[in-house]
Amino acid sequence: MNKPVHYDVAIAGGGLVGASSALALAKSGLRVGLFERRFCGAQASGVNYGGVRCQGRPVEQMPLAMRARRVWDRLPDLIGIDGEFVVSGHLRLARSEADLAALESWAQMARQHGLDPQLISGETFRRRYPWLGAAAIGGSLCASDGHANPRLVSPAFARAARAAGAEVREQTELTDIRHDGTRFHLSAGDLRFTADWLINSAGAWANKVAASFGETVPLKPIYPNMWVTEPLPLFITHNLGVYGGGIYARQVARGNCVVGGGRGHGDGEYGQPSTETTRAVMRDACALLPALRDALLIRTWSGVEGETPDSNPIIGASRTVPRLLHAFGFSGGGFLLAPGVGEVLADLVVHGSTATPLEAFSIERFTSVPTPSLHAL
Amino acid sequence: MNDQRRVVIVGAGPAGVRAAETLVAAGIKPVVLDENARWGGQIYRQPPVNAGFERSKQTLYGFEARKADALHATMAALLPHLDYRPDTLAWACAPGRLDTLHAGRETGVPFSHLIIASGATDRILPVPGWTLPGVYTLGGAQVALKSQGCAIGRRVVLAGTGPLLYLVAYQYVKAGAHVAAVLDTSALSQQMAAAPKLALQPATFAKGLYYVGWLKTRGVRIERNVTLVGIEGGRHVSGITWQGARSGAPNETLDCDAVGLGFGLRPETQLADLAGCRFRFDAQNRCWLPELDAGGRSSVPGIYLAGDGAGIAGADAAELAGRRTALALLDDLGVAHPHGQSMPDAATLDRRLQRIAVFRAGLEAAFAPPARAASQWPDTMTVCRCEEVDAGTLRQCIRSGAAGEINRLKALTRVGMGRCQGRMCGEAALALLSTETGKPLEAVGRLRSQPPVKPIPMSPALYTEGVTEIPEDARDE
Repeated sequence: MNKPVHYDVAIAGGGLVGASSALALAKSGLRVGLFERRFCGAQASGVNYGGVRCQGRPVEQMPLAMRARRVWDRLPDLIGIDGEFVVSGHLRLARSEADLAALESWAQMARQHGLDPQLISGETFRRRYPWLGAAAIGGSLCASDGHANPRLVSPAFARAARAAGAEVREQTELTDIRHDGTRFHLSAGDLRFTADWLINSAGAWANKVAASFGETVPLKPIYPNMWVTEPLPLFITHNLGVYGGGIYARQVARGNCVVGGGRGHGDGEYGQPSTETTRAVMRDACALLPALRDALLIRTWSGVEGETPDSNPIIGASRTVPRLLHAFGFSGGGFLLAPGVGEVLADLVVHGSTATPLEAFSIERFTSVPTPSLHAL
Repeated sequence: MNDQRRVVIVGAGPAGVRAAETLVAAGIKPVVLDENARWGGQIYRQPPVNAGFERSKQTLYGFEARKADALHATMAALLPHLDYRPDTLAWACAPGRLDTLHAGRETGVPFSHLIIASGATDRILPVPGWTLPGVYTLGGAQVALKSQGCAIGRRVVLAGTGPLLYLVAYQYVKAGAHVAAVLDTSALSQQMAAAPKLALQPATFAKGLYYVGWLKTRGVRIERNVTLVGIEGGRHVSGITWQGARSGAPNETLDCDAVGLGFGLRPETQLADLAGCRFRFDAQNRCWLPELDAGGRSSVPGIYLAGDGAGIAGADAAELAGRRTALALLDDLGVAHPHGQSMPDAATLDRRLQRIAVFRAGLEAAFAPPARAASQWPDTMTVCRCEEVDAGTLRQCIRSGAAGEINRLKALTRVGMGRCQGRMCGEAALALLSTETGKPLEAVGRLRSQPPVKPIPMSPALYTEGVTEIPEDARDE
């Protein structure tokens, strides 16, 4: 048998987290192998809604979100395309006075992190947004937020990683993952690899990798339900969300309105949109955006995403194996974060630490096992 | 039938009607969903009620008038015994349930057993200028005549390949339209080579020869083995240019104001795909088809397919397959087969279907779509008209190595992502991908279907009863 290929860092999962990590690590001069059982950025990373939003995130995500948001400004330099990233602003709608108050208190928190959301309500709001239905009485506009095209962005990170020297192995499923006390041993069919570090960025399937090291977490597959209309005259000027959730919507330059909300269904392996959910979201979308009433819906879809009990991701060191880093369970909010997570993981590998606080994302909150240090067992 | 059995048939063409007839004869009352306003399918399409013109069945259907009349009469007699829902689009399919749209309302249609007899549409391969106003599919040209009693233009050229090319030309000339030329991309030698197989259905073969002969005696120009160079025109079709078979033959241009274009038919398989049926690549149809047994059973228990939607075999085969599939369904229900002179048994049906299958193989060989067309498409030619994706964009994406599989190509370029969801442009994108990568069609993937099968309006959700609320734990932002 041939001598195994050795990497400084092996990455399991070619979604946006894995690919952006591969890019950041390859740029640091490390030998990186990125393993993707299907195609890079073709799962949740490639079929998600495409929101690039700091607004509405819990306080513990703010430092990471702000760092990630800065990466988005450098997309053309980083990955060679703009990924249809538009800084449209994110308008988070209120349907009641209580919602408005909640938006105001979120804004106060966000100001400490360098954001400056603008609260709009009453006549000003109505005049500014005549295309919004009466159910929305006000909102918070976060001007630096926007949206992008996941189908383009996520595969482009993998291509950029390859161009930077990472070995990107698509359609290559890792069939065995072990640690011998010194390094990782990976098999993909007949292929053998070794690695000093392993990053688990396998998304909804990350528990399989974690299980190899006795470290499973309560991760539930979810199937966000999304659809898109035929192209319409441009009228939705921001990326839209609703306080308390329900539906979210954006309009791309071509004119298509992308609308998400509720869940489809799936078997853990594939997600399917649900026609019941689609109908519910269609009705709510028509109430929020009356111009959609006469539009045609041309496609619905879903994808498979991993959700944790507290909806925060798991990012950081394993508690059972040295030099194993987890980054998964983004619970539907990972598209903005992922390029920042790549930088953070590269910090951990290259410097052993990162300036971005990760305590809230520790795997320890779901497991209770002894804690080895990061670099040695 | 007061039990849990609920049989639904999608389609009221030859396959759907004969399946319904067989089921009703066995004492079952199926629901028949028909996207058209009246039964008959595409081939035996009936003009609208109060169309404002009268054309006899003999005029509308020619040699097939007797069959058309028989099918129409059968369905008319069945109406009291089944639940017929015209103007009803089945736009999604999940286990045990179809979603339908009728008259601006959404209705869920539950089923225990489902026969999909969804038929076929034209196989489109683009040529430069194919998106100009005045270019129709061959099937569309035929619908204009059958359903609206009009021709697609005053001076019509019919181009592409397939038996429909000559049939439409015949029907047009018979109806008094001016057909300036028939341009067939297949060679006569191809058709001669397939003659032994074609002769197995002597009546059908003879009809084909008759159309050609008839057109020739009427002075209709027929060119074979042509390469279509492009459809000319600024705001509307003004002509068509092709190159003859002879090597070094000069381009020829003919003035016309409408073109009917088509390269055979493609099965409408989206519902089966949404239902989760397993697919296999079928070399004869040059596409992926649901895996079926002789009785039309798919890989999903309770879901059956019959007619051109299961693989192109024509209207006669569709009638047989409709009956055959209904018999399989009755077997699965444990219900006895109906008997009678007009109710052939399964073995007889299988024998007749087998004969047609051999004939069909001959037909596909005689009228194969041009193999090298994709390599000749100019970069500036639109491939996907909904999303305005040209051949150059697709080539660039494929040659960069970013996409070697059709769904990847779709994700990166938007091809097949628009209103038609690849029903029109999918074949062309696959042909280009196959040509560029040097891989056979079956190795470049299958375009996955997503609901809706055809675009659906938003407003019905506002009027439909029982729309659920988004659950609290699924209220994402």
